[in-house]
Amino acid sequence: MSDRPTEGFNKTLDDPRLQLAIYSATKRLMDHRANAIEPSRLPDYQQLRDHANHIKKHTIEHLDYYLEQLETNLIAHGGKVVYCRDGAEVADFVLGVARDRDARLIVKSKSMTTEEIDLNDGLERGRVETVETDLGEYILQLAHQHPYHIVAPALHMTRYDVAEIFAKNLGVPNEVVIENQTKIARAVLREKFLKADIGVTGANFLIADSGAVVLVENEGNARLTTSAPKIHIAVAGIEKVIPRAQDLGVFLNLLGRSATGQPLTVYTSFLSGPRRASEIDGPDEFYLVLLDNGRTKLLADPEKRQSLYCIRCGACLNHCPVYRKIGGHNYPWIYSGPIGAIITPQFHGVSEDSWLPFASSLCGACAEVCPVKIEIPKVLLKLRAEVTQAERREGRGGLERFTFVVWAWIMTHPKLYLALARIGSKLAPLAPNIGPLRNWAREREVPRIASRSFHQWWARRERAKPHPQ
Amino acid sequence: MKRVSLFVTCIVDQVFPEVGIAVTEVLERLGYEVDFPAAQTCCGQPALNSGYPDEAARVARHFLDIFRDAEYVVVPSGSCASMITHHYEEIFEHDAERAEQIRRLTPRVWEFSRFLLEVARVESVGARFKGVVTYHDSCHGLRELGLKAGPRRLLANVEGLTLREMEAAEECCGFGGTFSVKFPEVSGGMARTKIESIRKTEADAVVSVDSSCLMQLQGVMRRAGVPIRTLHLAEILASR
Repeated sequence: MSDRPTEGFNKTLDDPRLQLAIYSATKRLMDHRANAIEPSRLPDYQQLRDHANHIKKHTIEHLDYYLEQLETNLIAHGGKVVYCRDGAEVADFVLGVARDRDARLIVKSKSMTTEEIDLNDGLERGRVETVETDLGEYILQLAHQHPYHIVAPALHMTRYDVAEIFAKNLGVPNEVVIENQTKIARAVLREKFLKADIGVTGANFLIADSGAVVLVENEGNARLTTSAPKIHIAVAGIEKVIPRAQDLGVFLNLLGRSATGQPLTVYTSFLSGPRRASEIDGPDEFYLVLLDNGRTKLLADPEKRQSLYCIRCGACLNHCPVYRKIGGHNYPWIYSGPIGAIITPQFHGVSEDSWLPFASSLCGACAEVCPVKIEIPKVLLKLRAEVTQAERREGRGGLERFTFVVWAWIMTHPKLYLALARIGSKLAPLAPNIGPLRNWAREREVPRIASRSFHQWWARRERAKPHPQ
Repeated sequence: MKRVSLFVTCIVDQVFPEVGIAVTEVLERLGYEVDFPAAQTCCGQPALNSGYPDEAARVARHFLDIFRDAEYVVVPSGSCASMITHHYEEIFEHDAERAEQIRRLTPRVWEFSRFLLEVARVESVGARFKGVVTYHDSCHGLRELGLKAGPRRLLANVEGLTLREMEAAEECCGFGGTFSVKFPEVSGGMARTKIESIRKTEADAVVSVDSSCLMQLQGVMRRAGVPIRTLHLAEILASR
C-alpha cells in the first residue's frame, strides 16, 4: 500500500479541540439514530433495511431500464434530461444555460454530487457568481474548504470558528451566539435567493415511474433554491434512481433516522418538471443532469457494485472509529469514512491512495448501521486484494508479498512453525526495533512471547499422563 | 465421553498459552475429552486481511486437513472462529471440494463461549472470581457471531464477580490485525479512547473473548501505566 498521510493524521490526532468536536458530534448523531430506530418506534427497522437493499440491488441491476423510464416521464412533465460523462461536461452545461439566459447568480443547495465534481470551481470560469445556501456549506464556501462529513459538512467547526469566518468575510462584528450567526447568514442568503437566476440542487432520489426528483433537507434552502429562480438544474448520479413512488417510503423511513435520528427531515420536496399553468410557483425551466463520472465502471463488478446502493446518510462515518479519529479531511476525496474508503478506489483506481482500503480495523460497525446493508468490510477485503495484485503487476510491494508467502509456508509446515516459534521466543526481547514490531512498540508495550507455548504445555502434559497398561 | 478438538489460535499458542490451558480446564471440568491436534498453526486471517487471499487459502487448507473430521472444534477467539465459519467459504469460492468441506465443518466449529452455552448448555461452570470486571465486545464475535448476551450470562454466574458495563463496550479496541502496525497512530488513538471507557468503570479487569483485543489493550494500558488487568473469559471461568 502507498504511504499513509501521517502528517495529516498526526495533525488531527494531536488537536484535542478537533478530536472533541469530531467525537462529540458523531456521538450525538449515533445516539439520535439509536433512539430513532428503537423497536418501540420502528419495529420493522431490520425488514426495512432488507427491503431497501433489495430495491437498490434490483434497480442497479436494471439501471438502463429505469433511467429510460425516468427520462420518458420527466420529459412528459416538461422537464429536460441531460446525460453527462464527467464534471467538465456538467460545468459546461450549466455555464451554457447561464450564458444563454444571461444569468449572473446561481444559488446552490447542499449536494455531494456537485462537490464530487468540484462544480463551484468549474463555474468560476464563467462570469457568474455561485453561492452555497446550506448553512454548513455556506460557511465552508467562505472558508474555502471541502465538506468534512457527508451530512454535516462543517462538523469540525465550532461556533468560534464560524464567528471568525463571518467577521472576516462578511464584515460583521464577531458573533458567537449560534442563533445570531444563522440570522447573519439568513440575511445574506435571502438577498441571494431573490436575485438568483438559476438554482442548482442535487437529488436524494429519482423516481422512475413518476418522473420526479426528491430532495430532503432541514433548512428550507433547497425549497427556495428550486422555487425562487426561474431555472432549476438538478445534478444527480445515475444510481439515485428508484423504480416507484411507493418505494420511497422505505428510503425516507431510513434516511432521516440513519443520518440525524429524525423520523423525517423537516422538508421533503417532490419536483417533477417546471411550473405548470395551474401552479403558482416553480421554475420556468427544469433540467435533470444525470452524471456518470465513473459510476458505470462500478457496475461491472457483481460484488463491488453494491457500493452504488449508498443513500449518503453518513451513519457509517459516525460509527467508524477510524473516521472518528482521523476526521474527514484526511480522506483523499470528498467521500470520507467507510463509504469513502470503498468508493474512492473504485472511482479513482486502486493504485491511487492505495492505503485507503487498509485504513480500517474491519470492526464492521459501518455495515451494522448501513440502512441499505452495503457489506463494507467485504468490499474492503476485495479492494485490499486488488491493491496487492496491482502492486504485483507494477512490480511493487515485493517485500510484503514475500513475507506473506514465507509466512504461509511456515504456517503450513507445523514442525517448522514450532521450531521457529521456539527460536522466536528467545530472540523477541532483542528485536523490538524491526519492521512491524517497531510500529507496534511506538504506541504500546510489546507483549512477551510465552516462555512455554501451549504446544509445549500440551506435549509435556501428554507425556506426564499415565499410560494405559 | 464427547470429544472436543481444540484450536487454540496462534496468538494464544505463542503469547497467551494460559488461555488455552484455561479452556482445557473448563472443558474437562464439564466432562469433555479434549484433543489438541499438534499440527495446528493459524487460521490464515492475517493474510486475508492484508490482501493476500491465496496465502490465506493455503493456511486455511492446512486447517481443514487437520480439523475436517473433528466432532467439535472449539476456538477461544471470536475473530478466528468467524474467519473459519464466515470467510473460508469465500476464500474457496473457486475450489468446490474445499468449499464443500468447510460447509460441512462449519456447524461443528464453535467459539468458546457459544460452545458452553449452546452445546454444553451450561451457564454456570462453578467458577469463583473476586473483583469487578468490565466486558469488551470484540468486533467479529459481536457482529459476525452475535456474541452479546452470552458471555455476560457466563460472567453473571461467576461467584464473587461484579460485571460493570462500560460506556462504549461495542467500540473497537483498534487492533484490527495488521492495521495495528500499518496505522499505529490511528490504532493507538482508538485504543486510548477505548481505555477511557474502561477506566471510568473502575474495574479491576477488562474481559474479552479475544486475546488479540486484549493484547492491544494490555499494551496500551501498560504504556500509560493503567493498572487494569486484561483477562480472557476462559481465564475467569477456569478460576475457582
